Amino acid sequence: MVYKIDPDADRVYIDEFRKKPIGAHSPGLQRLLNIMRHDPSGRQVVLVCRKPFEEWVLGMMPPDRSQPIAIEDEPVFTDIESAEWEVFRRRWRAITGQDINMPLRD
Amino acid sequence: MLKIVGYPDRYSVAPGETIAFKISQEEGDHFDARIVRVFNGDSNPEGPGLRFEHVPTAADGRHPGFVQSIDAGSYMIAAGVPLLARTAFTFSAFVWPTLPNREDQTLAGQWDPAAEAGWRIIVAGGRTGIVVGDGSGRMATAFADGVMVPRRWYQLTVSIDPASGAVAIEQTPLVAYAKTGDAGQFAGALDVLPAAIDAPFLLAGTRERDGTVGHHFDGKIDSPVLLEGRHKGTAHLRLLEPHVPLPLAAAVVARWDFSRAIDTVDAVDIGPAGHHGRFEQLPTRGMKGWNWTGEEQSWTRKPEHYGAVHFHHDDVYDAAWETSVEVRIPDDMPSGPYALHAVAGPSDEQATREAYIAFFVRPPRDRAARTNRPKVLMLAPTMSYLAYANHGEHITARGAERQMGRLLTFGHTDLYMYDHAELGGSLYDTHADGSGTNYSSRLRPNLNFAPRYHSWLGGPGSALYQYNADTHLFDWLDKKGVAYDIATDEDLHEDGYALLADYSVVITGTHPEYHSTAMWDAMKTWVDRGGRLMYVGANGWYWRIAFHKQLPGVIELRRAEDGIRTWEQEPGEYYHSFSGEYGGLWRRLGRPPNVMGGVGFIAQGFDMSAYYRRAPDADDPRAAFIFKDVPDEIIGDFGLVGGGAAGIELDCISVPLGSAPNILRLASSDGHSGMMMLVNEEFGVVLPNLGGDQNERVHADLAFYETAAGGAVFATGSIAWCGSLLHNDCDNNVSRITWNVLERFLDDTPF
Repeated sequence: MVYKIDPDADRVYIDEFRKKPIGAHSPGLQRLLNIMRHDPSGRQVVLVCRKPFEEWVLGMMPPDRSQPIAIEDEPVFTDIESAEWEVFRRRWRAITGQDINMPLRD
Repeated sequence: MLKIVGYPDRYSVAPGETIAFKISQEEGDHFDARIVRVFNGDSNPEGPGLRFEHVPTAADGRHPGFVQSIDAGSYMIAAGVPLLARTAFTFSAFVWPTLPNREDQTLAGQWDPAAEAGWRIIVAGGRTGIVVGDGSGRMATAFADGVMVPRRWYQLTVSIDPASGAVAIEQTPLVAYAKTGDAGQFAGALDVLPAAIDAPFLLAGTRERDGTVGHHFDGKIDSPVLLEGRHKGTAHLRLLEPHVPLPLAAAVVARWDFSRAIDTVDAVDIGPAGHHGRFEQLPTRGMKGWNWTGEEQSWTRKPEHYGAVHFHHDDVYDAAWETSVEVRIPDDMPSGPYALHAVAGPSDEQATREAYIAFFVRPPRDRAARTNRPKVLMLAPTMSYLAYANHGEHITARGAERQMGRLLTFGHTDLYMYDHAELGGSLYDTHADGSGTNYSSRLRPNLNFAPRYHSWLGGPGSALYQYNADTHLFDWLDKKGVAYDIATDEDLHEDGYALLADYSVVITGTHPEYHSTAMWDAMKTWVDRGGRLMYVGANGWYWRIAFHKQLPGVIELRRAEDGIRTWEQEPGEYYHSFSGEYGGLWRRLGRPPNVMGGVGFIAQGFDMSAYYRRAPDADDPRAAFIFKDVPDEIIGDFGLVGGGAAGIELDCISVPLGSAPNILRLASSDGHSGMMMLVNEEFGVVLPNLGGDQNERVHADLAFYETAAGGAVFATGSIAWCGSLLHNDCDNNVSRITWNVLERFLDDTPF
């Protein structure tokens, strides 16, 4: 059976991700990410680059390619790590029902 | 979103030849163009930045711009087939539908779309049907009552008497399943009679009002026949027997045998009238037919089992756009990487209104004209650029984010790619029906073969992969003052060893993955005769490809047996239709990459790149020239592709696989994350420790060996190596090592 995310036990990995969203992770965080990055609905969160190396927003790619990608106007990210953090927060909330009580940016 | 896209009519052009650019522009009625030499296509502000140099040519100036579109979808046309609806006739075929529930797919027909006249045999909602039109605006349809199952063989037979409107449809599964209900029939009369109109016979598509061909069928068709008179499906089967009764033989209008001339686009009619057809937009051939048993795996040895052609509504060989601007390459234009820079207006957050359409100026074709050439040739891996053309796994493959270990980035190019599936995918993508893409053509926009394209697949930082990653090498060669020629994979396939013979040094790109047999043989001959090969990438000489005998600019891949495969070739379909050769990994063909470049594929991972740690062989006197002024223990712990020189895809030494026994392991990479994983041809039993944080085999080797003919091979073992060359204005240990090797390789003294 696929591991079920436990908001109490797995909360320890939130800070690890916050500090380094891209790169080597602990086995526990990697397991968490492998599960969080799967959406059984077939939808896919994507990072839409509006200006190379300057501006990104989030988008939602639908399962059916004939439907358009829904692109958000806000928030606008000026670095990829902040976008990774925002997606992590949203997924955590969707899976556990709990908010991560940390600001988007320090 | 892109507002201007285009493609050249060739990737490689020689001085004195003309290259044409085909451009589609969504806004405005003109664009400004100029030819530029490409030095650096990386717009990362952390790096040295974009660098192009205008080369004045006749292309300079303003040109008319307009929208051009792609008529994707493969089909067969046989223009000589007589007007069938004059008398009763029958169509039969074996059919393997892959998207039977798609609406209104044409199996066969003679149809005038403007008059809505003629007949079309169709598949819609999983059922076989017929549509007829009398030209007065009246149409009628009839369908069999069963719903076909995807990827199962059916014999379909449709007969009609145009005088009475009587129609019979048989939809017969070749394998019966309980409680499935996929068999179907219809017998009755239509209240509209088909007009016998002057329209060509098409299979797997039909003419549309706008002149395109649409309503394509997705799936295989085998042994289609046209008969005079009304017949049942049993007549189709009898035609396949050794002796055909004369009355039935006399009824044959056309009887196409797709097992003939598989390596062509010809559809051979073995009937008496010879109504031969032609396949357009390259449906896949050499496909298992209805009667394939598995006793033979090669279409060359038992072609009668490979009489199927697989059509896709998203097949594309030739976009066939009009030429927008063409230019004769001046006789004195230096060989190198160039692009047509086409600008239709200012770009902003919502739209990119300029395009760089890349191409290469090669040395003169005539070897006698190649006087005073540089000693260095860079072999641009254009067949790998083509294999990855419009690489869309970030669009089609869920799970790519997991694989990358980070969010999938969509720039304007990717958003355009998402909206324009008619561009055709890469050899990594699947068709809409789930079957793998076997063919890739350069006669269409190749959006990721361009400066300024930042790839979802490239390492964090500059996010470069394939062509744009290779621009780091272009920039470095220029900054180091290296005189070099450039030629492409396609040149090597066509010219063979003669292309390389006069050069002392050949430098590869960062990812020279795809090679035809002719390319492989030419390179190996050159290395064995004393050439000095600098393999500055990884995952090279991996897949075998084949070129088409009739059509220029298209390659075929069969993803057979093993290796990193985003889709798997169906068993029994491992042989190239273009060449008859067995496809798959060169390693599986007895030619591992280690035999050519000294190292071979071991691992891939796309999160962060790592560094090399000096190995004992670095102190071997044979390697002293490589480490001149490089005392460092750690090499390449910096770079624009993932932050290090060892990343993306890695190669390592393996003497059992063919690395030379005298090879030196100069350095090996270290510090990879768990996302850098062993590739699947490297294990027989699935391991619990695939990642680089737990598996000691996951590493790149920096390697060198001398050849018996006095030549040598240097290999970096990493795709990310060139991403570190430009660091600190080329003053770094990756650049120094590369330069040391090149400097010695340019010295004619035998090794």
